[in-house]
Amino acid sequence: MQQFFVFVRKECYHIFRDKRTLLILFGMPLVLIILFGFAITNEIHHAQIAVLDQSRDSYSQRLVRKMTASRYFEVNRYLSSYKEIGPAFRQGDVKLVVVIPGRFAHSFEHEKVAAVQLLTDASDPNTATTLINYANAMIIQYQQELTGEIKLPLTIRSEIQMVYNPSLKGVFLFVPGVMTLILMLVSAMMTSITITREKELGTMEILLVSPLKPVMIIAGKVVPYIVLSFIISLIILAMGTWVFAMPVKGSLLLLLLECILFGLTALSLGILISSMTNSQQTAMMISLMGLMLPTVLLSGFVFPLESMPKPLQVVANVLPAKWFNIILKDVMLKGAGLRQVWMPTAILCGMTVFFLAVSIRKFKIRLS
Amino acid sequence: MLPIVVEHIHKSFGDLKALHDISFTVNEGELFGLIGPDGAGKSTLFRILTTLLLADKGNATVNGLDVVKQYRTIRREVGYMPGRFSLYQDLTIEENLNFFATIFNTTVEENYDLIKDIYEQIAPFAKRPAGKLSGGMKQKLALCCALVHKPKVLFLDEPTTGVDPVSRKEFWDMLRRLKTKGIPILVSTPYMDEAILCDRVALMQKGAIMQINTPANIVAGFGMPVWAMKADNMYRLIRDLRAFEGVYSCYAFGEYLHVTVNTELENVKAYLAPLGHEGLEIKPAKPGIEDAFMQLMQEQNELA
Repeated sequence: MQQFFVFVRKECYHIFRDKRTLLILFGMPLVLIILFGFAITNEIHHAQIAVLDQSRDSYSQRLVRKMTASRYFEVNRYLSSYKEIGPAFRQGDVKLVVVIPGRFAHSFEHEKVAAVQLLTDASDPNTATTLINYANAMIIQYQQELTGEIKLPLTIRSEIQMVYNPSLKGVFLFVPGVMTLILMLVSAMMTSITITREKELGTMEILLVSPLKPVMIIAGKVVPYIVLSFIISLIILAMGTWVFAMPVKGSLLLLLLECILFGLTALSLGILISSMTNSQQTAMMISLMGLMLPTVLLSGFVFPLESMPKPLQVVANVLPAKWFNIILKDVMLKGAGLRQVWMPTAILCGMTVFFLAVSIRKFKIRLS
Repeated sequence: MLPIVVEHIHKSFGDLKALHDISFTVNEGELFGLIGPDGAGKSTLFRILTTLLLADKGNATVNGLDVVKQYRTIRREVGYMPGRFSLYQDLTIEENLNFFATIFNTTVEENYDLIKDIYEQIAPFAKRPAGKLSGGMKQKLALCCALVHKPKVLFLDEPTTGVDPVSRKEFWDMLRRLKTKGIPILVSTPYMDEAILCDRVALMQKGAIMQINTPANIVAGFGMPVWAMKADNMYRLIRDLRAFEGVYSCYAFGEYLHVTVNTELENVKAYLAPLGHEGLEIKPAKPGIEDAFMQLMQEQNELA
């Protein structure tokens, strides 16, 4: 037991004396959370639009005011002819052009139909679609304002309620995602690096020629990282709650336990990686390419899994990150209990046991 | 029970024969040296004996324990200092020493008498990270760490490589003192001048042992007279001597050349005279272990 304690203490010295490790451990979560929370978001704020108003009557001006009154659009410039539309887009900051033809009010009043043309820069298709939807919604609203409620003989009125995330905040998606990413990074990459470092520096040679058992060596290296990954999940949760007002509807205890579980899964992956390679460089490459990329792309955190081709969806199933993401969203946003998330939890447990078993079997009691 | 017994060990890495039919024994309390240039297979042999590598063929025992079957017990009982500095660079001297004491289930205090002489030399720097120590101090610390659990056999793989001459001498003084405590030591070195400090040495080259004997016997077994020669232009002298068929061997040795001949010295002098070497000096020299090693090496190369 004394041996184990001393080993863990030694590991802590390594962590706290290496500035780079510390930076990755604590700087990374903060930067990522802030980046994803504030900067990288798919919501629309202050999209720059250009207006080509050819009628310049009160109706058309009210439409433009209506659109810019929301925080979604901001008029970047007024155009005076069709020819200016192309250059406006090409300059890059204008994402949407609203073209109001001449005699707008006249057509509306007398012909009962008025046309508005919306042009978007579809080089970014997602933004373009979102912009069109926003603009359409506003135009319809404006139309209703003008006409008042018209009783139609038959109507289908759709009432929309956004459940679990009524204000459609992107942060609610990113906090669990970033948490998954960071835990993967800290636990898997850092452990694989710390174990391969012993091999690279030759200290593993001395550790092997000692009474220490392989299990003891691995456990001693991993325990500090379990604690660290737990602290980091606390930091991310705290930031999510206080900075981004992310709710935790389910039980906090369950949430923390799940965090520890995922930390363990990632650690066991890290151990597995380190048992397959002898250099820190390779370990890092495997962790980054083999774990980080799939975690970002295939866990359903940036891109929805449902819209991916079938083979990729199947591949995503082997990623622990996918299951942890499901657990996080269910517990935090939907208030799910263990009964609702037992399946992903069981899958994570299974993966952890599997990875640990394989890596203990693969641990080399000799060099080469 | 002999501390180390090696019987017909073979080891290859792919096509490379690292060790070829190695056999030797180390006696109780003996300081046994493996002498040979880089690539002779010394480190591989150490790793086989410290249970880190498996031999392809042959047996070895350490303290009567089989290196394959009883590797766990061996790992508890031996002290091993690898060829490369393998302590934690970011830990201080104190922390390294305490760490290795604890993982061997002991304390620094318990065996302090064993490491006292060595530790006192590095104690003033106890709070300094191991990575910031000089080469000599690093090796002293590594020796302390290998000794702290009072090993029954000590394996030191090139402990003085990359260490300054003064520290090398100090290091060997410490080994002699350790020997008096009865710990058998297997040490390897590429330096010939350290060979004479061992009780017995095995001269190794290209994975094979050429000779095992005491340093004195190896020197005594060197049957030829050795001539020390010197001239102002040493490079030309070497070339001319090697070109002469009467010269058996010719190596630079400090400021002189050590030359053995298979003809009369007068013939060599007659050969050199017309070549006009300035400041030529020829005198008899006492053969050293280097001469023996060089000769053995040459013979082995001629066989191959």
